[in-house]
Amino acid sequence: MAAEATVKQEAQSASMWKGGKSPFNVSWGKMMMWFFLVSDAFTFSTLILAYGTMRHRFAEVWPKANDVFTHFPFYDGHIPLAYVALMTFILIMSSVTMVLAVDAGHRRDNNGVALWMILTIVGGFMFLGSQAWEWYHFIHGTPAGAYVMPNGDVYKVAENAYHLHHLNPPNDALVSPLHQVVSDKAVIADIKSKAEHIHGANLTRNEYGHPLFADFFFFITGFHGFHVFSGVIINIIIFLNVIAGVYKRRGHYEHIEKTGLYWHFVDLVWVFVFTFFYLV
Amino acid sequence: MADHKNETHGYYTGDIHNQFVVEHHDPKSKKVIWKTFWILLLITIFEVGIAFAPIAHDVLVAIFIILTIVKAYFIIAFFMHLKHEEKSFGYTIIVPFILIVYFIGMLITEGNYISMMGGLFN
Repeated sequence: MAAEATVKQEAQSASMWKGGKSPFNVSWGKMMMWFFLVSDAFTFSTLILAYGTMRHRFAEVWPKANDVFTHFPFYDGHIPLAYVALMTFILIMSSVTMVLAVDAGHRRDNNGVALWMILTIVGGFMFLGSQAWEWYHFIHGTPAGAYVMPNGDVYKVAENAYHLHHLNPPNDALVSPLHQVVSDKAVIADIKSKAEHIHGANLTRNEYGHPLFADFFFFITGFHGFHVFSGVIINIIIFLNVIAGVYKRRGHYEHIEKTGLYWHFVDLVWVFVFTFFYLV
Repeated sequence: MADHKNETHGYYTGDIHNQFVVEHHDPKSKKVIWKTFWILLLITIFEVGIAFAPIAHDVLVAIFIILTIVKAYFIIAFFMHLKHEEKSFGYTIIVPFILIVYFIGMLITEGNYISMMGGLFN
């Protein structure tokens, strides 16, 4: 029996490789999408790796993410992680609607595909809007701001250093780049006289700490956001094709699967960005 | 085109590239989708929850990285359907990332080392 099975398997694998069909049993379009995603994943990996390297290089002065991303819409207080968790939820949800669109495509349900595609597009726009909001707050910074010394050392205002709040620093205290509370009035006055008072972050200045944190934040979330944006555009094109009945006439909905792969990849990258930028 | 059923599973679309479309229609697929959704959501909530727990930082980082890989597995295997493709195809996609693991080891070591040296450019 076993020998027979082996012979059958060999015959099958021989026919698989003799041409005319994919040895992986997957269409060339989907395969190429996968290979593109592998190369794109390498690009994202190198970006996150560069971030990791520099983070370890400047480990002792690296900003604490919990001090940076603390805003939440319609709430005037400090809730770390909540907003980015919401963004993660939006993206996971739009991944679900995308995979339901693919599922509807397998059932040749044209209206179902159209419905789930439009929900995926809405989810994409919600994510992009959330990211714009997050960038806005990161760029504009806090009212209290921070003090940058001529040598680049950033002295935060104690009220913005949430991870030190258990020490109950005095109201006018500053926090050194090494996360130590400076409460000596003479030292504070000296720092304030030499330093430049800044708010928010750009590519050269960052009130939350080391400027490289801001650079990597803009570059990595920007590159990811650009992927989301292109994904939304592709989804809109596919959606228009669906309501025009292109795939109904073609008899299969493989295009939905291919854009679906891209869309899930965007979600996948966000899972890593979420961990390495916000959690750890 | 659906009448050109292949003997195993799928059909030829009959276009210029003789494209072979694999059909994986499974009546339980919706259940799998929602199950995956709940797993991803619960892991994310759990991560946010333990971020402020009094756990040693290194342990926390290890937990986060493991959970991230678990989430990535669920997205790739079920949303991107890789679990239901040919095994050889799955390996073709996943195995190259061994290089990235190696790269992480090298560059994180490098970052720590430059830090220990007090920086390269100052």
